[in-house]
This record gives sequence, structure tokens and C-alpha cells, in this order.
Amino acid sequence: MDIVALLVIVAVLAAVVALVTGPLRGERLERAGADAEDDIAELEARKEAKYREIRDAEMDLRTGKLSDEDHRALDRQLRAEAVEILAALDAARS
Amino acid sequence: MATVGRALLILALVVALYGVAASIYGAVRGRDEWIASGRRSVYAIAALVTGAFAILEIAFLRSDFSFATVASHSSSTTPTFYKGAAAWSSQEGSLLLWLWLLSLWSTLVLFATRRQLRRVAPYATAVLLGFAAFFAALLVFKETPFQLLAVVPAQGNGLNPLLRHPSMMIHPPMLYSGYTLFAIPFAFAIGALITRQVGAADWIRATRRFALGAWLFLGIGILLGARWSYAELGWGGYWAWDPVENASLLPWLTGTAFIHSIMIQEKRGMLKTWNVSLVLATGILSILGTFLVRSGILDSIHAFGASTLGVPFVIFIGVLIASSIGLVVLRRNELRSENRLDSLLSREAIFLLNNLVLVAMAFVVFWGTFWPLIAEALTGTRRSLGPPWFDQYTVPLAIVLVLLSGIGPVIAWRKATASNARRNFLAPAVAALGFGVVLAIFGAASRPLALAMFVCGAFVVASVGQEFWRGVGVRRAMTGENPLAALRSLVARNRRRYGGYLVHVGMALLFIGVAASTAFNDSRDVRLAPGQSVRSGDYAFTYVKATSRIATRAGELEKISFGAVVDVRREGEHVTTMRPERGFYPSRDIEGLGPIGRFFEGEATSEIGLDAGVFGDIWTAMTPDIRRLAPTIEEGDRVFAAAAGKLSPELEGQALGAALNGIVEKYLADRPEATFRVISSPLVTWIWVGSIVVFLGGMIALWPGPDAARRRVTARYAARVAEDLGRA
Amino acid sequence: MPPARKRRIRLVVALSAAVLLAGALVYTSLLSSNEAVTPSDLVSARTGTSYQLTGKVVDGSVRSTSNGVDFRVRDREGTTAVPVSYSGAVPDPFREGREVIITVRKQGAMFVGERDSLVTKCPSKFTEDATQRS
Repeated sequence: MDIVALLVIVAVLAAVVALVTGPLRGERLERAGADAEDDIAELEARKEAKYREIRDAEMDLRTGKLSDEDHRALDRQLRAEAVEILAALDAARS
Repeated sequence: MATVGRALLILALVVALYGVAASIYGAVRGRDEWIASGRRSVYAIAALVTGAFAILEIAFLRSDFSFATVASHSSSTTPTFYKGAAAWSSQEGSLLLWLWLLSLWSTLVLFATRRQLRRVAPYATAVLLGFAAFFAALLVFKETPFQLLAVVPAQGNGLNPLLRHPSMMIHPPMLYSGYTLFAIPFAFAIGALITRQVGAADWIRATRRFALGAWLFLGIGILLGARWSYAELGWGGYWAWDPVENASLLPWLTGTAFIHSIMIQEKRGMLKTWNVSLVLATGILSILGTFLVRSGILDSIHAFGASTLGVPFVIFIGVLIASSIGLVVLRRNELRSENRLDSLLSREAIFLLNNLVLVAMAFVVFWGTFWPLIAEALTGTRRSLGPPWFDQYTVPLAIVLVLLSGIGPVIAWRKATASNARRNFLAPAVAALGFGVVLAIFGAASRPLALAMFVCGAFVVASVGQEFWRGVGVRRAMTGENPLAALRSLVARNRRRYGGYLVHVGMALLFIGVAASTAFNDSRDVRLAPGQSVRSGDYAFTYVKATSRIATRAGELEKISFGAVVDVRREGEHVTTMRPERGFYPSRDIEGLGPIGRFFEGEATSEIGLDAGVFGDIWTAMTPDIRRLAPTIEEGDRVFAAAAGKLSPELEGQALGAALNGIVEKYLADRPEATFRVISSPLVTWIWVGSIVVFLGGMIALWPGPDAARRRVTARYAARVAEDLGRA
Repeated sequence: MPPARKRRIRLVVALSAAVLLAGALVYTSLLSSNEAVTPSDLVSARTGTSYQLTGKVVDGSVRSTSNGVDFRVRDREGTTAVPVSYSGAVPDPFREGREVIITVRKQGAMFVGERDSLVTKCPSKFTEDATQRS
């Protein structure tokens, strides 16, 4: 094995070790949030999804897939579900 | 540099094993620094494998024949593009490509989720690193791309000429991108199961785009393979239900089911067990697909004989299956549905049916592909199933699938109003049935299944068209934009919906093309003498005369081609002239073959005569009868053998050239007969056009929506809901 | 009908459909599959039955016919060979000494190949060849 190859390998090894052990040597971490933050993120995403559902339902009404009556009922139900999610969000944030 | 390459792979293996341990330790103990270290291992592996891959590519591009794999798969006369692509035409090169793509996507997803999914991500990291470790171990211990040759040959074997087609070279990277991208949701699903987070859908949200991307790439890879088969091989077909084709189709089918059913979980918290099982199955099937190509356990055009990788792969797949089933059973409580299906007349129900059909298709394909092994286990004799068996199940299932994709857009989520659904259904159904009647009058009724597919495909196009029409109308009513702008903003604000619709239209076109070209093609094999003709469909193919030529590249002889000029007419009018050929590449084995004879003992490829049109393709391939040249070739070899050593290399080269020219001219002078396959096949182009539409639709669905628009909408609804809160 | 009962009915219907499909699969695969054989197995071949033959093309046995090729197929390791007549386009990789898979039906002393069923295995690129390593 020639000397250049050896040097390259050693350099790469050093770089990899530096990168991988960085967090263990106290480097600033990309700190992932606490579990609670994960739960809040989940609720936030569910809220967005619920808003998207409300919008989809409205789209379904306007493109003639739902009758006014059915849409009203669905919209009411979806908004109630959204309210629940918002309440859960408030609880999680407090 | 080969040593460096080897060292990089060994290092990658070590880092992968370390990363698995670090991630699990960090997750179990709640130590963020170890989790971060595990994540960084993935980044490190991406860098290391990129380096190794670069070393291999450079060796290929420089035609460094000290690398064993370069010597056996490339040559200095191989065009540059194919030199680069030849890197993955070998077992070891393709494994390295797989590992490289895996490391890239893993880096992407872990970087994107570095601040989220704190509980799930470490286990997902461990799974991905486990995959990486497996492939790295194969590369280090079993099939290394960095094997050096003690004696460096002057010239390489060259790339198998059958592979010298752009489709064939892009096909593996596309397929592997698909497989490796499916590993991402697989890993996160495992992580979610381990950490009891499957109730929540954030593992799905984080990996949804990867699943969609995987589905898209895998689909493109499969279609490229089909296109290559049609345009390069001499049989004129694009799908043969070959075990390896099927192996790539299986994860695509389950993946299609998955990207539909996760929408149900996102909306209603249902089908959790189903979704998790689907994504785990898709990941396992991806590994199975990777394995089948190189295992030799099934007889196939791709199966390259017995390989030494069979046992490690089987063990790996076994471990994956066992852990997946075990985890799903263990976590069945967290996988309980939050809701039930509201109504059978809902988009959710259609999606569920779509899932059932797709899984049924996957099961059929799986059964047919593995039947030789199952039969052997059950009855002691190996048995095999041909295309007709597959067709009898997949064709009706595909018809139902297309029909469902036309019904879906017409039905609302949760619970559709029956009268509205009926009304919306009416116009597209009438249009499709009318279309069917017209086709039947023109003779399509002779093939009822094809006709059914045409009607269903037309129904999809009509119902999606209706949706776009209505949607644009709604948009214009709201904003007064002109139709084009309305269309743009409609699609931009509802990317997933309208992108999806476009995908369905593309698939309908594709299936219409498949149905027409399979049911109504006219394929004939004939032997013709110059001047003779044959009919296929509405066309008359006339073998006008023979052609022959010697092709050189960079001063070296590349191949000898014998071909024909074929004149195609329709009702007496000239349509096109085609020049199909067979090219003969010289064999690299010098021993035992005369200098002239070796030109006919190497690989042969067909150049297809193809005239593609909107309404149909005209296709022809020919096989020259070179047996009649055999006496001349043998005589030439004898002469050269007798003169061996008596001529200088330069004179010998010239004499060889003269001899080959003589043979080439003799072929023409003989006015030889040749065997032709002629095909006239309707609507083949629709398959390729349909795929492009599918790709466009997929890209639209994948594209992240504009943030501003999203926030505006969100704010509006937030306000409305807040009102409710106030009222409540 | 109470929802629970509706769901149970749906489940039963779905499961029955699955069982039916599975049954159909097993039945038709046993019925329409061809036995995979080697040339030595074909010694006891029955006329009219289709077999999936795997073996190597015997060197020097390939002859062009009016619309295809005739050749002999032998066991991978061995000399037992059978004559095969194939009409149609011959795949590009087809060559003497290579391994082929072909669906054949016995007709007299000859085995007639089914159209488009001739598959030539690509020459081993994925096998480990110890002698090539240095």
C-alpha cells in the first residue's frame, strides 16, 4: 500500500471520528425537543389536517358532491373535532 | 486508490455498527448526545460511500483495468456514458449503488427530522444503519468492487451490448432509488412500533413524501425496463411476467395501496394495523426484489446462475419478516382504530376497495412468481406458470382498479350524498359507455376484456375532466380569474388532490394502451426472400434488400451488422422504410476461436425497426441466416491459422479487415433469406405517454405547497373555529 | 341494522372473497403450471404435455429452419440431450453452450417449443468465479 493511500485513509478516519463523536465531546447538539414538544407537534399537525378536511369538505360542496344539508352536518362535525384538537393543544401547551 | 476504496467501505461498516449501538443506547437511556452521534454516523456513512462510489466511477471513466470489475464490464471503446453506467452493471457495483442511495436518502430524512420525532427517530436510525451494515458487510466480505488484478489486461471485456441503451442504464438507479426510499418509511414504522408511537401519525407525516417518491422512482424504473424490452429486444413485448419483473412490481403494488390508505389514517385515525403492515411488507418486498435478481433461485432471464449471496439475503429477509410480525402483534393495542367507516358511499370506502384490489394483485403476482418453489415444497416437483395464468387474474383486477380510480373523484369524503353522487356519476358514465358502444361497432367487441378496460379508462378521463372543470368553475366564481389562471391556482392550492387525479388519468391511458396493444396486435414470424412481403394488421411489410456493414469505434472494430431494408405500405401507400439489423460483437475469448469466427461467437443484439405513432406502432426485427456464411468463415479461419506468425501484426490486421469486408459483401451478393418478426400494435405509445402523465401528476402531488397560501387558509379557519370556541 | 352487525357482515364478505381467491389461485396454479424438467427427465415425457425445460444448448447443434431454429438441449452437467424445434424470433443472447429455459411439448420424437417461451440466461455476470480472482 503506498504512502498516499495510507495518509488519505488516516485523514478520513480522523474526520469520521471527529464528526461522529462530536456530540459525545460536548459539541452543540441539534437538540430535539422534549417529548412534550413532539406531542404538541403531533397536535399541530392534526390541527392542520383537520383544517384541510374542512376545506376539502367545502370543495366537495362547491363541486357538487355534497348537498347543502350534508355539508352543513359534516362541517359542524369537523369543526367540533377541530375545537377538541385546539383544546388539547391548549392543555398540552400549559 | 482501490485500497482507499476498500478502506472506506470497511470504515462505513464499522461506523454503521457503531451507529446502531449508539442510537439504541441513546434511545433507551434518553441520552441525546448518543442519539446525535448515531445520526451523525449516517452522515458519515453517506460521505464515505460517496467517496467509494466516486473512486469506482473514476476507475471506470479512466478505463483503469487494474480494477477487476472495470476489466470485466467495460472497455476503452465503450462510449463514456456507458462507461459511467457500467459501474452498476456488475453485482458488486450495483450493491455499492444501493448502499450509496440508501445513505443519501437516510441522511436527507434524518437531517429533515433532526428536531422532531425524538422518540421514534433513533430507532429508525438504527434500522437504516442496520440495512447499511448489511450491504456494507456484503461489499466488504463477499463482493468487493475494489478487487485488483495481478496482471492488468490491455483491454476490458466491454459492456454487454444488450445493455447499451439509455433506458437500461438508468433503470437500476431508478429501481434502487425506489427500493431504498421505501426503506425510510419502513424504518420509521419499526421505530414507531417499538416506541408505541404508532397511534400518532407523525411517523407517516414525516415519511409520506419519501413513500411517494419511492413509488414514483420505482414505477419509472419498471417502465424503463418495459420500454427497453420493447425497443431493444427482438421479441416485441414489454412485459413477460418474468420473476424479476414481478419482484419489482410487488413493492410497487403494495406501495400504491399504502399511499392511498395513509390518507385514511391521516383523516380518520383508521387502518393503523393495515398501514403499518403494508409499509413493512413493502420494505421487505423491496429487499426481496433486490435479492431475487442476484440469487438464482428462480429461473429467469435476469437470474445469473447460482450466487453466493443467497444465504445472507434469506437470513436478512427472515429477520425482517419475523421482527415485523412480532412488533405488529406486540403493539396491537396501540394500533386500534379511532373511528369506523362512516359509510360505504365515501371516498374512504373506495380507497379501502382499491387497497383490497391492489393487495389481491400483489398476492397473485407473489403466488405466481414463487409457485416453482411452493410447488416443489408441496409436491416435490418444480412447476412453473406462464403469462396466461397471470393475465387471467391481473386483467380483471386491473379493470376494477381503473374503474375505482374513476369513481373516487366523484365521491365525497366521509359520507357522500347519494343523489349528488348519482348525478356526478352520470355524465362520465354515459360518455364512457357511449365511447364503448362506438368502439364495439368498430370491432372492439371481439375482445370484451379489452373493451371493458377502454370503457373504464374513458370513464376515468371523463370523471377527472369533470372534476377539473368544476374545480376551475368554483375558483373562477370565487376570484374571477381567467380559466388558465384559475386552473393554475386550483392545482397549486390542492396539489395532492389534483396531482392525484392526474396520476389516475395517466394510469388510465397506460392501461388503455396495454389493453389495445395486447388484445389487438398482429404479430407474425416469417422467413422472406428479398422481394417477398408479409401482412400484419393493415400493413404490408416488404423485404426489399439485405444490408450489411462493419461498425468501428475509435479505430477498433465494434461489430458486424447484417440487416434489411423493409418497406411498409398501407393500402398501397408508402408509410415508412425501416432498417432492422442484427449486430454481432466479437467474443473476447481468443482461445479456440479463429480470428474471423470469433466475430460470430460473441454477443448479438437486435436493432429494431420501429415506427411509433399516436394510433399504433409498426415494429420489426430480423434474424439473418448466417449459417450460409459458415463455410466461408471456417475457410477464412483455416487460412489465418495456416498463416499464423508469417505476417506482421499490421499486415494481419489488414488481411483481417479485407476478409471481414469480403464476408460482408458476400452476404449482400447472396441475396439471402432472413427471418422477420413483424408486429402492428395499436396504442403502444399511450403506455409511454400515460407514464409521463403519471410522473407529472406525481411530481405535483409531491411538491410542497406554497407556505403563504397555507398560512392564509389556516388563519381563516383558525378564526372560524375560534368563533366556535367562543360560542361553545 | 346495527353498525356492529354491518361491520361483521363486511368482514365475512371480505374474508370469503379472500378465501375464494386463494382457492382459485391454488387450483388454477396446480392445473395450468408446467413441470420444470431437465433433459434427462424428458426421457419419460408424455406426448402432448407441456414442460418447462432447462438445460444447455449443445455445441454445434443449432440449425436454422424456415421460420426458427432447431437445436439440442442437454443437462447442465451431463450429456443426455433432447432435440427441440423452435419457431419464432430467437432471443439475442441465444448461443451454443448457454443455458436456456423453454416451454416444450412432445410431438413424435421432437419437442416443439412454444412461441416466445425461449429464454436465454444472460452469461454469468453475477457468479463468483474463483479462478478469475487474483
